[in-house]
Amino acid sequence: MSSEARTGTANSSSLSPRSSVLSTRRRSAQRWRDARDGYLFILPWLLGFILWTGGPMIASVAISLTEWRIITTPHFVGLGNFVALLHDNQIGVALYNSAFYVVVGVPTHLFIATLAALIVNVKLRGVAFYRTLYFLPSLTPIVANSLLWLTVFSTDFGLANAALSLVGLPPVQWLSDPRFAKDSLIVMSWWGMGAQMVILLAGLNGIPDHLYDAASIDGASWWERFWHVTLPMLSPAIFFNLIIALIGAFQVFTQAYIMTNGGPDNATLFYVYYLYQVAFQNFDMGYASAMAWLFFLIILVFTLVQFRAARRWVFYEADVTR
Amino acid sequence: MKTWYLPMTAAGILLIFPLLWMVSTSLKLPGTEFAYPPQLIPSPAVWHNYVDALAQEPFGLYLRNTLTITAAATLGSVLTASLAAFGFARIRFLGRDVLFILLLSTMMLPDIVTLVPKYILFSKLHWINTFLPLTVPFWFGGGAFNVFLIRQFFMTLPYDLDEAARMDGASNLRIYAQLLMPLSVPALATVVILTAVNNWNDFLSPLIYLNSPSTFTLALGLQNYRTLYGTQWAWLMAASMLMIVPVLVLFFSFQRFFIEGIQLTGLAGR
Repeated sequence: MSSEARTGTANSSSLSPRSSVLSTRRRSAQRWRDARDGYLFILPWLLGFILWTGGPMIASVAISLTEWRIITTPHFVGLGNFVALLHDNQIGVALYNSAFYVVVGVPTHLFIATLAALIVNVKLRGVAFYRTLYFLPSLTPIVANSLLWLTVFSTDFGLANAALSLVGLPPVQWLSDPRFAKDSLIVMSWWGMGAQMVILLAGLNGIPDHLYDAASIDGASWWERFWHVTLPMLSPAIFFNLIIALIGAFQVFTQAYIMTNGGPDNATLFYVYYLYQVAFQNFDMGYASAMAWLFFLIILVFTLVQFRAARRWVFYEADVTR
Repeated sequence: MKTWYLPMTAAGILLIFPLLWMVSTSLKLPGTEFAYPPQLIPSPAVWHNYVDALAQEPFGLYLRNTLTITAAATLGSVLTASLAAFGFARIRFLGRDVLFILLLSTMMLPDIVTLVPKYILFSKLHWINTFLPLTVPFWFGGGAFNVFLIRQFFMTLPYDLDEAARMDGASNLRIYAQLLMPLSVPALATVVILTAVNNWNDFLSPLIYLNSPSTFTLALGLQNYRTLYGTQWAWLMAASMLMIVPVLVLFFSFQRFFIEGIQLTGLAGR
């Protein structure tokens, strides 16, 4: 658009055939310069895409068809690794654990982030201080956070059980009971909702006041305004967070590595943790690549389902004005 | 409206409590961390724990390693992501839109898919136990998310700026460096914060690529505190606090831009 606009104004005064030839030539020179510059500007990214994304993805397919333990030479096994996946009990366990973490963790996480954003979306003195307070825990490095929550979840001396005993409840074996270990890691993840809250807060800020004014004139109650104005207008931001949270939650690893070592009884052996063991403790690169592809396809399907479902609940203003 | 402070404060206390607990534990006399009932305000407050924590491990070395990696990765990200963003936002060229869709689709790609081949590549290059696997990739586009974020911000700046500069004979590089970059501080600050914090906190990549203790980052070193001095929770929490503080300092110094950046780049979905 830019090149046409410029040559257009430059030649608007003279309409002789000669200058139109000149302008065509100049326009094509400009177009060529733009193409060259455009590719030069994106070159680092393009090279990076080939070197660290596209290339490795193709390599990963090839590796998944081999038996390769890094020090040995790879040898072709066809779909052998994928067949082996089906007979590996640990795969089922790991898939279940990760799916549980996603299906229970992501919606609760988003609900709490939305609630927090609504709480601090007010015009009150000192609200900036509260926003910072809510956001701070999400900045805690995951290793430090995992170590901290190990003390919180300690059965005999931890803060969590001390809080339970305050209200007269019996202690819970947060991390050492296979029934609760995943839930405990989900509870811990709620404290890191600050980043999502900030994005939702920006979304709330972007809702124009006139919509609320119009609703009030129509006599809408607080709840009706929330349900028919706030929520639809916020839905794109919620959807954005949902996708990011989904992909993040599928890749949960560090907490389990530091806090539970995948235990107790494989209760927190998440898929990425199992892949880590296969790839970097057993150095079984072929099998690990097959695992990665299976997992990628599962995440892809999950994400696409969300995109489809989004048509029914995500509201885009542009669709209406168009 | 005054009553709103009640739930707002209650939630605030609940959210900040674990961090307060970390501060409190870091100041307890080693051996009394788990006294029952739990003590929020330690008496006496053992500030010396911080000195001891620093002395126990080559903390200074880990700090230097982490700073080096974080600085190199962040600098590369801001520079190359903004270059690509300029190409995608301000220059028309054949194939641009297709490549941009490709970029968006890599945002959805879980890192796990490329983990194994990248490890093999880096080990064939003899990059294991060096900082190169943790820094060099960031000089190649700085991550799709960062390109997207800066591109969205560039899109909000009026095209008349470029046009006027082009009339005066400015090249694309000049328009990028002298016109758009200075106007994009909020977006760039957001990228700096997100990239720096991610690299500072990263655990999986250093775990895979760094095996010799002399190359350890803080995240790996912290894990060592536990295996070597398993019972010294006060020191461990003191060391954890020391890892958190730089992140907090970074956040507070860029906070103003950060919020603005998120609002203006349309991250909120509009």
